[in-house]
Amino acid sequence: MAKQTEIRYLTPLSVDVKKKKYCRFKKNGIKYIDYKDPEFLKKFLNEQGKILPRRITGTSLKFQRRIAQAVKRARHIALLPYVADLMK
Amino acid sequence: MNNYETVFILTPVLSDAQMKEAVEKFKTLLTDQGAEIVNEEDWGLRKLAYPIDKKTTGFYTFLEFKAAPSVIDKLEVNFRRDERVIRFLTVKQDKFALEYAEKRRNNRGGKRQEARAAGEGPKTVKKERTEAVEAEVELNEKED
Repeated sequence: MAKQTEIRYLTPLSVDVKKKKYCRFKKNGIKYIDYKDPEFLKKFLNEQGKILPRRITGTSLKFQRRIAQAVKRARHIALLPYVADLMK
Repeated sequence: MNNYETVFILTPVLSDAQMKEAVEKFKTLLTDQGAEIVNEEDWGLRKLAYPIDKKTTGFYTFLEFKAAPSVIDKLEVNFRRDERVIRFLTVKQDKFALEYAEKRRNNRGGKRQEARAAGEGPKTVKKERTEAVEAEVELNEKED
């Protein structure tokens, strides 16, 4: 009896094709992140008002630093909360 | 001479006239020190994201000016001494900020002040969105 070496599946294995994350600032050529615009900065915060990590937003390191700076400035002038539950 | 921008918050207990007078005080202080005021924006009475000195609202004023670095020290000392100012932030504009500030001025430099003068008050403030947000919104729409 011939040995069956190949394993066969009824349905082909689904290989997850991950959508590549990208830095929206690099892609759109945004050079300056404004701390005076809380609505924009909220895209980079979770609902507690914490800054989201790069691994989630896909922002490049350079712009992550600038986001952090802008968010901290916005917090100082009370445009964004330091702590919140259910910000959005 | 460097380019700076400063945002400061005045207590909401002031009347409109008192508020204007306080803003005027800081403006004259700057010009007396040889600074050149490039832009002034009055954001009106806004809600604070968290209470400061048990106050939940405040008058926001935004100033852009060209000044020597020594002026900033004097300005900030005056901010600290003045009880009407509950929060302030002064930032030096780098080349990117300068570019952005110019665009911002051109887009809606006079708009807010006109709206305020017309008596519409700060309600109009929130409706306006900066260019960055608009670009972002467009982008999101495309992604969807």
